[in-house]
Amino acid sequence: MFNGGFDPVNILAILPEISLLVLGLLVLGLDLVLPEERRGILGWVTSSGLVLALGISLAAARPGEEAAIIWGGMLRHDWLGFTFKMVFLFAAAITALFSMDFVQAGHRGEFYLLMLASTLGMSLMASAADLIMLYLAIETTSIPLYILAGFLIRDDKSTESGFKYFLFGALTSTVMLYGFSLLYGFTGSTNLYALAQGFQTGGLPITVVLGSLLLVLVGFGFKVSAVPFHFWAPDVYEGAPTPVAGFLSTASKAAGFAVLARVMIAVFPNIATEWGAIVAALATATMTIGNVVALTQRNIKRLLAYSSIAHAGYALIGIVAVSNLGVASTVFYLIAYVVTNLMAFGIVTVYGRVSGSDEISAYAGMSRRSPWLALALMIALLSLAGMPPFGGFVVKFAVFAAAVQAGMIWLAIVGVLNAIVGLYYYLIILKYVYLYRSEDDDKPFPVTRPYAIGLTTLSLLIILIGTVFAPWFSAASTAAMAILR
Amino acid sequence: MQFPILSVIVFIPIVTAVIILFIPGERKNEVRVTALAGATLAMLLSAWAYFSYDIPASGYQFLEKYDWLPSLGISYQVGIDGMNAPLVLLTGIVMFTGVLISWGIDDRPREFFTFLFILATGVFGVFVALDLFMLFFFYEIAVFPMYLLIAICGWKETREYAAMKLTLYLFIGSVVSLVGALAMYFASGLGTFDMLALEGAGFSEDFQRLWFPFVFFGFAVLGGIFPFHNWSPDGHVAAPTAVSMFHAGVLMKLGAFAALRVGIMLMPEGAKFHLPWIILLSLVNVVYGAYIAMVQTDFKYVIGFSSVSHMGLVAMGFATLSRSGLLGAGVQMFSHGVMTALFFAVVGMVYDQAHTREIPRLGGFRKVMPVVAIAFIIGGLTSMGMPGFSGFIAEFPIFMGVWSSHPWIAIVAAISIVITASYIMRIVGRVFYGDLPEEFEHHVRDVTTLDKLALVLLSGILIVVGVYPSVMVPLVESGVDKILALLGGV
Repeated sequence: MFNGGFDPVNILAILPEISLLVLGLLVLGLDLVLPEERRGILGWVTSSGLVLALGISLAAARPGEEAAIIWGGMLRHDWLGFTFKMVFLFAAAITALFSMDFVQAGHRGEFYLLMLASTLGMSLMASAADLIMLYLAIETTSIPLYILAGFLIRDDKSTESGFKYFLFGALTSTVMLYGFSLLYGFTGSTNLYALAQGFQTGGLPITVVLGSLLLVLVGFGFKVSAVPFHFWAPDVYEGAPTPVAGFLSTASKAAGFAVLARVMIAVFPNIATEWGAIVAALATATMTIGNVVALTQRNIKRLLAYSSIAHAGYALIGIVAVSNLGVASTVFYLIAYVVTNLMAFGIVTVYGRVSGSDEISAYAGMSRRSPWLALALMIALLSLAGMPPFGGFVVKFAVFAAAVQAGMIWLAIVGVLNAIVGLYYYLIILKYVYLYRSEDDDKPFPVTRPYAIGLTTLSLLIILIGTVFAPWFSAASTAAMAILR
Repeated sequence: MQFPILSVIVFIPIVTAVIILFIPGERKNEVRVTALAGATLAMLLSAWAYFSYDIPASGYQFLEKYDWLPSLGISYQVGIDGMNAPLVLLTGIVMFTGVLISWGIDDRPREFFTFLFILATGVFGVFVALDLFMLFFFYEIAVFPMYLLIAICGWKETREYAAMKLTLYLFIGSVVSLVGALAMYFASGLGTFDMLALEGAGFSEDFQRLWFPFVFFGFAVLGGIFPFHNWSPDGHVAAPTAVSMFHAGVLMKLGAFAALRVGIMLMPEGAKFHLPWIILLSLVNVVYGAYIAMVQTDFKYVIGFSSVSHMGLVAMGFATLSRSGLLGAGVQMFSHGVMTALFFAVVGMVYDQAHTREIPRLGGFRKVMPVVAIAFIIGGLTSMGMPGFSGFIAEFPIFMGVWSSHPWIAIVAAISIVITASYIMRIVGRVFYGDLPEEFEHHVRDVTTLDKLALVLLSGILIVVGVYPSVMVPLVESGVDKILALLGGV
């Protein structure tokens, strides 16, 4: 089956996965060797290892102009997968930084190992070109995440979160697998690109194709937390260790989008109008419900969970407009969103460590206690709200432009109306941060080094994406081209 | 290559903001001095740009263009013409005087000046933008600091409510226009956001009629047009003095100007179709705003509603689509900006001393703060449109323009002058003349030298433009010619 599997190109193409595996083993080994009190360096090892992997992959694993099907048709080495892989590596590196000083998790090797395993799964998801590979990749991503969400075994909320995530995940994954089996049954092939041809030549009735598409969509909808498959998100984010929640809401969601975009566009191009309508409905519901329910939240992690649901809705807009600009804008959106949401959860981690609470009311007086942290939170929230000069503005602009270009002005209008609702609740948080006072106003606020490094990097990136957007957009555009051609 | 003066003006405030951010919060004086230095530089450069504009050559000058996102046709492009040159100068002036009168802010001045200067960059950016994307980019930058400025430093009673109301109103307006702008971008088929190119895009008449209201009203919300004016008095009253000055003085012009530049100039056919009924809305602004101002007892609300009334005149001037109307509107944007900044500065100074703004409880302030009283009277005369002050230069052509097309509207609108006179007179009489109430006798003191400097500068400008209109009118005329050409010589 692995015809030509030892071609060096094949090895280079999976360099990110190989480095993740090596890094995982290294962390595991160090965890065994190091005495308990020195395991604090595991986070640094993971984080710097991931940055190194990112650098190596950027230097050596870049795909060529033409996409290549490798490893016997299991993977497709193209720019879409590559771009997403870089995003995952970055998100994992930041999450490792933010986990380091997290009590009960930051000093344990298995925490980092699980995170790396999950990142490995995401990388494979982004480039999987075969249903079997895709399913394996999705499970490799999800199973470590179930454990990570329930990592704090002494904390009831965390175990509940892990269990809930597992149950929802298992259910949707079953439905999706059923969809996969139908796809295979109708076309006799498991390769995504062969499936498309099978549908075109098979002359199957549209209801059959649409039916199997819907089943598959359930699984993807769960991964990206699109309404109505979003119910797990708020509970899981609330209970999970905050850095894990950040990772879930960014990398894991982006991986879902990579698969969604690829499968929809590669496998079902001939019924694009039909699924376009379905995804448009999903996008509308996701944005609206996410934003409206976020209005009533008192816990910042739950609020960010609903806001991240809403953001999935915005990102879906780009996929609806099956065009170069559309897919490019989705990828662009996700890049900015991942960076921004990582930052938001990072700040929640820092603040929760010291104040011991994730309630929004606990953020009162934050700007007096720590002006820089308050500024960082402002940058993150305004970027989520879509304000320039932060990344969130230009990417929202891009997805709305894609909707208008595709003639779906109504969708753009739904999007901008939602942006207004979003702005409202982000401003509410800022009101607590800047306006209200608390009794702890003058107590010093320790921000340890890993957080300082992570937050500085992220805020600079947010501003960079929001002001110098040409390179990011062209990367997203290249990624889009890889699946549209 | 020529000196990129406009970019420098746009980026001075934000660079200053970043510098201020790195000054430790407790070194408040260094924060203030840095802010003043940045503001002075910005004002001088904007004055330089204003006075070195070559009127006979007209057109867009000091052009700069850099690619920003070439694949979507987004560029960073700036330039000034007769319409926006006065507004750039206005922003410089209001920024400078705003810093002067905010010297006394003691609670987190670092945050205050940082946000104020981010706001200033947004405003400068919109005024000089010649690219539609860039215009939105800076427009939004001008909106969000407003929330924090009002919420942090505003008047305790209403600041949370007013800040949120204002921010959401303006954001709704801007996103509605944004959809319109995207529609224009794709309909033009030019693949560029360059407004100079879009001016010649030749949108179909149906397209213009459909989309003009989106774009025009989206921006006009910030210009305070009826029935979307509601945020403005609340916002002005809740804001700290310098922010009210910025807000009423500059931000409302931002809305009016963007409505002109994007709405009227890019979709002239749509403008011709819709403006006849928009003139009615602006009439409501003018008369109703003045009437509400008259019945208010809160000093700051009076000024807030007077802004609604005066901005109505700007919209009315636009809506005539005639030479004199547009000329008047152009001058009115500048004149009202300076005048209202002066008013809000005065209100702030009185309130700081008296701790109340209820007009019936005030009195006799002429005795303790004579400069403030004189400045207010100058502003008041301007606001009534007295000859010799800039208000006359602005309002007279507007009324002329309206008279020639809609005489009865001009007659109704003229009522507002009478009402304006009544509320201005009432304030002058009640607040500055009469006896100083006993409760104020001991603690009310005169304002600082910096405050006086700001007042002298502002009222001086009103007089200079009033007695020597050539300093502004020919410049604005050159800009009006351009608009008339786009309208096809109406």
